[in-house]
Amino acid sequence: MIVPKPAALVVNGVLASASIVVLFPLLWMLAASFMAPGEASTYPPPLVPAHPTLANYRELFAHAGMGRYLANSVLLAVAATALSLVFNVMAGYAFAKLRFRGREQLFRLMLGALVIPGQVAMVPLFLLLKHMGLVNTYGGVIVPALASIFGIFLVRQYALSIPDELLEAARIDGASEWKIFVAIVVPLLSPIIVTLAVFTLLGTWNDFMWPLIVLSDQNLYTLPVALASLSREHVQDNELMMAGAVLTTLPVLIVFLSLQRYYMQGLMMGAVKG
Amino acid sequence: MASSRSSGHRYVAWWFVAPALLVIGVFFVLPVVAALAISLTDFDIYALADLSNLRIVGFRNYVELLQRPLFWQALGNTLYFVVVGVPLSLGASLGAALLLNSKLARFRPFFRTALFAPVVTTVVAVAVIWRYLLATRYGWLNYALGTLGIAPVDWLGDPHFAMPAIILFAVWKNFGYNMIILLAGLQNIPEELYEAARIDGASAFERLRFVTLPMLAPILSIVAILTVAGYFQLFAEPYVMTQGGPLQSTLSVLYLMYEEGFKWWNLGSASAVAFLLFILIFGVTAVQTRFARTEFAR
Repeated sequence: MIVPKPAALVVNGVLASASIVVLFPLLWMLAASFMAPGEASTYPPPLVPAHPTLANYRELFAHAGMGRYLANSVLLAVAATALSLVFNVMAGYAFAKLRFRGREQLFRLMLGALVIPGQVAMVPLFLLLKHMGLVNTYGGVIVPALASIFGIFLVRQYALSIPDELLEAARIDGASEWKIFVAIVVPLLSPIIVTLAVFTLLGTWNDFMWPLIVLSDQNLYTLPVALASLSREHVQDNELMMAGAVLTTLPVLIVFLSLQRYYMQGLMMGAVKG
Repeated sequence: MASSRSSGHRYVAWWFVAPALLVIGVFFVLPVVAALAISLTDFDIYALADLSNLRIVGFRNYVELLQRPLFWQALGNTLYFVVVGVPLSLGASLGAALLLNSKLARFRPFFRTALFAPVVTTVVAVAVIWRYLLATRYGWLNYALGTLGIAPVDWLGDPHFAMPAIILFAVWKNFGYNMIILLAGLQNIPEELYEAARIDGASAFERLRFVTLPMLAPILSIVAILTVAGYFQLFAEPYVMTQGGPLQSTLSVLYLMYEEGFKWWNLGSASAVAFLLFILIFGVTAVQTRFARTEFAR
């Protein structure tokens, strides 16, 4: 049984050309970010910079406040991820392994709420946060991300596989529920915790609409909000905007590439929920 | 003794779920309910300053919206995006998944990661890139078309081409997500089915038509439902690439909600837009779900 060669050539040829087409915008972004002002808008469009320069990056940090936005984005994404992990992991574990009245009904109710798009809540949420003095603060950006139904679901599905005997044995030894959670449950859940961390980190980093609504002070802007605003001011500055796009996308691409296995696992588990 | 311990246990469980439930309750459930209430008021910039200016107006916001040409335009644009974008997106996902699942494919992890990469990128950043790729005079897309002898297209400046350009961008950005899910589905199809089909003399196309697609149908319909729900929430793409233009040809329902609410501060009307969008998404996905159920029940 010899595989006919042309078929293999076609399959791999199509895959290779599709990959080139798909990666092209990202690669060109990287190349253009090192071009001199005006170079990217010549015709035919150049593929690589004639004289690579870091001028665009220097300009972004020196005059466009990019350092500030980068810091805001890192701070907010890390804080939202850390806090939401604590809340979601605790709740997900409880929904899987601790008994309390109304547990199943509550869980079904939460899954039902997943059909409601988050944007429905935005107007009242804005008013609520305004009332609480959280509009135009870091807190206002983080607060709605502190717990997520999807995160709780993900942890619960994974926690179901923890054997009850293990928890019972610890209880008989006199360990408190908190002790059991910290010493036994969290280590067992570590793969799904990493998965959820990657999801939350990428989600909060890439989030656009809510920070756009809740932040009005430029000093608090996250990278996507700042980039959207800069791109309206600097319509002609291709190369500068490409450098900004690199600074915005590169961190998430690096996180994704280094933790890809965990991310893909979460994606599969999330797909099963439907 | 045992009963007192298990009741303490029960009590502890609430401490585990309380923080998350509190956040979801206060910052999601409560606002959703409040959105319905606010959509029945004339909440505007005056009410924002002083709540005593607030009046209950019943369904007036909804009635006025349904009489506004701009709302219908936004709805039409959004439906255009969904009706054209979702099939293209799913087609690209399925095609890529089939290729990656082929036994002939080499370097699979590389291709998989390459095709998936746009999914994890930031919409705003890649929309900025695409704005330049789509530029009329010096953009790569027009350059590529030019080599085929096609005259330059003003992608983002022509009302006929702006939405197709945004759809192209959205397909590029999103198809990798469903590709991964469909690939997992393909890998779960038992090899014996293909063997049996081959023994019966089925061609490659017939195996795809009578083995692969029927086996993949349940997961394909789930993916379709989730994608439709997601595509209805179009916002960042037109915000960055076209600002809803030209001639409002890329104004989406969510964009309208944003402008109503956070540009003009008509929060009552904005909530009504949000609710109409929710009802629309709910209705469409419910029909899809029912359709899928009856299909697979046979």
